[in-house]
Amino acid sequence: MKQKNRGLAVFTFLVFVFLLGPLLIISVTSFEGGSVLKFPIETFSFKWYENIFKVNMFLTSFKTSIIVSLAGNLLALILGIPAAYALSRFDFKGKSVLNAVFISPILIPGIVLGFTFLRYIVTTYHLPIYTGLFIGHTIIMLPFVIRVISSSLSTFDFSIEEAAHSLGASKIGTFFQVVLPNIKSGIIAAVMIAFLESFNNVDISVFMTGPGVSTFPIQMLTYVETYFDPTIAAISVMLMIITAFFMFIVERLMGLSYFTKR
Amino acid sequence: MRNRTIYLLLLPGALFLTIFMVIPILLTIGSTFFNEGSFSFEGYLHYFQDKYFIGILLTTLRVSLVTTFICILLGFPVAYYISKVGTRTKVLLLLLSIFPLLTSSVVRSFSWMIIIGKNGVLNKLLLSIGLIEEPLNILYTPTAIIIGLVHLFLPLIIITLIGVLENMDEDLLTAAESLGASRLGVFAKVVLPLSMPGLVIGSILVFVGSFTAYTTPALLGGKQRVISTFLYQNATTLNDWHTAAIVATIMIVITLLVTIIMNQIAYKINPKG
Repeated sequence: MKQKNRGLAVFTFLVFVFLLGPLLIISVTSFEGGSVLKFPIETFSFKWYENIFKVNMFLTSFKTSIIVSLAGNLLALILGIPAAYALSRFDFKGKSVLNAVFISPILIPGIVLGFTFLRYIVTTYHLPIYTGLFIGHTIIMLPFVIRVISSSLSTFDFSIEEAAHSLGASKIGTFFQVVLPNIKSGIIAAVMIAFLESFNNVDISVFMTGPGVSTFPIQMLTYVETYFDPTIAAISVMLMIITAFFMFIVERLMGLSYFTKR
Repeated sequence: MRNRTIYLLLLPGALFLTIFMVIPILLTIGSTFFNEGSFSFEGYLHYFQDKYFIGILLTTLRVSLVTTFICILLGFPVAYYISKVGTRTKVLLLLLSIFPLLTSSVVRSFSWMIIIGKNGVLNKLLLSIGLIEEPLNILYTPTAIIIGLVHLFLPLIIITLIGVLENMDEDLLTAAESLGASRLGVFAKVVLPLSMPGLVIGSILVFVGSFTAYTTPALLGGKQRVISTFLYQNATTLNDWHTAAIVATIMIVITLLVTIIMNQIAYKINPKG
């Protein structure tokens, strides 16, 4: 058995080299002193990190992405928390259908979602790009918000809620004073996971660009089409640091089981 | 009274998705059956005779199939290993699998441009050790798309399989071995059938994900179109919304078909799964 495990361990190690090697390489190239991306680097400098803050398009699209993700997140919470609560708390007719509807933005191809939304909502009703991005990102965040909060509610003991009722608390009062504080960590985890989904989204945002408006990942794609300098590598490192930070917070709040459940 | 509360809680979200997602999709599908006001299948007949479009469709299907296959081959042993190691190593390896999954797909695909490009890391390495004489042309080919997609979806199948393998009853494996089953026999007769549900869910996620992926083929595929980049090109650059709608509908139908068929297969192999 030991012998076999060693073979498996080596195999696993190689697969992780494949998974993480490219991210390591891109991180190293971000410190290149010259103007062409190369690995290994020839001279060391931070100048491409400075360059991020000099390119205007990156600054504005970063701001756009943050605003769209935060605003969409808020709306997704307002729509998602009551839905997650109803889906976890009660049994009712049509529950499985509604469940499917709320999860469907994950299942429908993103590029199809983006195109149909552009054609029948944004273009038809002449929505400003900002509004389009806001609604579109809310759509894709909603299933993640509902999934994380539902999984948080699945460990909540609803008899506490009934106890509060019988002691004379109102339904709405109970929800805000008993249920919400108990799923606080679930809500924070939901916000972070939804934020990453939205912030990294390409499939929907790629349909909603206009003069001076686009999201950060789309700006990165556009930049890569014309330039092959280490700016993108530097940006990648900064994005990876943010991602790692978010991941550790979610891990603290929910544990890793959230990710392995399907 | 209670029912009214429930539906009131669900209504805002459901209404939102209906208006902004369900209706636009239904309108898109409906629009493909009309050509200049009259009902017809002409659009579909046209595209299923168009060699260029069929080529794109087949390339996309082939790329997705190969990606799924490689992901299973690489992911299954890794997931098996992770599910068996001690807690501390397990947490570390899980974190290392989840991290790429949460990282931007632009970043992940772009990192491969540095590696498999003509002057990339891989070519430099192979040239310097004398394994090749001419640099390999991998970037901007279907192979590049496959590499990028495997990198994108491998973590997904690993963590899906860990979820299933962790719940497998260890006693069952010991029992099979003590009854004289060979290690290969235990794997084929016990481990594999029991992991079928995870394998099927994982395969669906990888196949559908690869089939509909946009960023990776857009960055690594160059002129090589896949179905999603073809849809995008028609919807924006060419402004041909009729074609885009037909492609969108075909994407939805194939995604649904694959999911249903795979679930059926899983049920046949392991009805209790």
